[in-house]
Amino acid sequence: MTTEPTAAPGDAVRLSALSKTYGSFTAVHPLDLTVPAGSFFALLGASGCGKTTTLRMIAGLEDPTTGSVALGGKDVTALPPYKRPVNTVFQNYALFPHLDVYENVAFGLRRRGIKSVKQQVGDMLDLVQLGGMARRKPHQLSGGQQQRVAVARALINKPEVLLLDEPLGALDLKLRRQMQLELKRIQTEVGITFIHVTHDQEEAMTMADTVAVMNAGRVEQLGAPADLYENPGSTFVANFLGTSNLIEAEVTGTSGGDIQLVAAGQRLTLPAARCGAEVTTGGRVLAGVRPEKIALVHRDDEDAIAEGRNRVPGRIVDSSFIGVSTQYVIDSPVCPELEVFVPNVERDGRLVPGAPVVLHWNPAHTFGLDAAQDIDAGLDADAVEAALSPDGAGTAAEAAV
Amino acid sequence: MQTRPMRWLRKNVVVLAGVLALGYLILPNLVVLAFSFNKPKGRFNYTWNHFSTDAWQHPCGVADMCGSLTLSLRLAVYATIGATVLGTMTAFALARYRFRGRAATNMLIFLPMAMPEVVMGASLGTLFLNMRIRFGFWTILIAHTMFCLSFVVVAVKARVMSMDPRLEQAAQDLYATPAQTFLRITLPLAAPGIAAGALLSFALSFDDYIITSFNAGNTVTFPMFVWGSAQRGTPVQVNVIGTAMFVVAVLLVVAGQLVGGRRRGART
Repeated sequence: MTTEPTAAPGDAVRLSALSKTYGSFTAVHPLDLTVPAGSFFALLGASGCGKTTTLRMIAGLEDPTTGSVALGGKDVTALPPYKRPVNTVFQNYALFPHLDVYENVAFGLRRRGIKSVKQQVGDMLDLVQLGGMARRKPHQLSGGQQQRVAVARALINKPEVLLLDEPLGALDLKLRRQMQLELKRIQTEVGITFIHVTHDQEEAMTMADTVAVMNAGRVEQLGAPADLYENPGSTFVANFLGTSNLIEAEVTGTSGGDIQLVAAGQRLTLPAARCGAEVTTGGRVLAGVRPEKIALVHRDDEDAIAEGRNRVPGRIVDSSFIGVSTQYVIDSPVCPELEVFVPNVERDGRLVPGAPVVLHWNPAHTFGLDAAQDIDAGLDADAVEAALSPDGAGTAAEAAV
Repeated sequence: MQTRPMRWLRKNVVVLAGVLALGYLILPNLVVLAFSFNKPKGRFNYTWNHFSTDAWQHPCGVADMCGSLTLSLRLAVYATIGATVLGTMTAFALARYRFRGRAATNMLIFLPMAMPEVVMGASLGTLFLNMRIRFGFWTILIAHTMFCLSFVVVAVKARVMSMDPRLEQAAQDLYATPAQTFLRITLPLAAPGIAAGALLSFALSFDDYIITSFNAGNTVTFPMFVWGSAQRGTPVQVNVIGTAMFVVAVLLVVAGQLVGGRRRGART
């Protein structure tokens, strides 16, 4: 799913049939993408999905194999990086170690022949709350401070687009949360278009207006965070963005706006509007539901469940208390590992591993996916990410000179 | 219970080892320093006679010595400049580009360091002889530049290899042209490696005897002068020059440390 490339004046970035191949490996399949001016846009995907390569092609650090890059309506495909009105916040920041914070931030202005940089550098350091650090060297700063210098160094040039390549990857969790809000604040304040590359789905959803989920060199789905989360278009998106329970079911018929399904003898209802796949009676479909939408009751209380709700029996296999909620893993005839997140409001003492339970949820919270795809796509993406080095590192040496 | 001397030893053994090692390194230099104030009885400056500052007052009092010293300094400066420029460029080429013959070049660069100097000096001498090039200043300079080159390449290459290529990309991203990127980012970052290579070159060229003697003809460099005079009796002035060089070198290192230390200290 990609947007149609149309030439609108409000577009900060427009990629047309942009692709990149290394020998026989295709890092990015021909890609059409439009980023509206002033938006916070996230490219989300696991390692090696082509998101960093795409970013580097926008910056000019990588030559596309085919296609073109237009910034603010002007084709820049043939321009070297130093002639493009974009700036990058690099992974691990790439601050110049021999220059102090002030000179790092002033670097871009000086290269463009601007003589009086003092006022601007001062303002920019204030914006990122590093006013007193001007004469420090990068190695004397903490990770979060270095990150802010990297943002200031790029932003001071007032680029048409700011590119952020996993800018928070090197920070610990708490600092990352804080910087997410900070970056969002800065973006709102300066109004520059941000394109943010990340493998962290929470980070993408927290910060971006629009998220493009990439997988194996293609954009799988593009949309607002809530939209992507509620209506994933593929199993990859369903599994990669948060957690999904996917139940393989058979279509028994349609009535009104609903599709009737049966899975392991259990009847389920799926709103037709929320099913992206073609359905025919007797065909198969994947019915998905997010873990927090499901309610959990002990089997003894089954009669208390309201009519018209999707219900599935099962047995608790595992439960883990994580404070704000309790996460249960349920073994059910429809699916061996259903996940359910129950907020800790009133805890039922009978809900312990081994207990027979009934899960139920509002049918409107069910989404339908094409059953022809791999049901586990995108599940291990985060684990792979941890094991591999960041993508683009292998090509860095070639682009160095 | 441990005895007190044992405890003292355990606490100070590292310091003790350090002092002994330093003593081992510095003692010969102190002897040279002491004997620069000697007034030897005969022609040989090997036994202490009595204190005198004659040699320090007339450092060039020996025929030909200061001429050979100036020659050696000139050679060292030129060889250092030549080897540093060529070696830095070679190091960048080897570290940054993939080209045919790169592996072979990488290996050949090590040869002058690995090969016995006698072999290299002799074969270079043969080469000059066969090409009918007259021995003298230029043949020595070529020889010195050649063996210094390897050291510069090794020092600079190590530095360039450890540099993050993203820094140069960041510079380009911040509107620096390739030339500006090289001058503002690449060169300053490679500078410690280049400086190390240059210092090494200067020292190696200044005190080389073996290779020089094969390619000098009638020209006499300072090490050759010292070697020659050692057979007839070393003038005290040789000790003076030796001591002066040692002191200058130590002062340079101390100054370097102080500047570096202040730079680090100022911002913590």
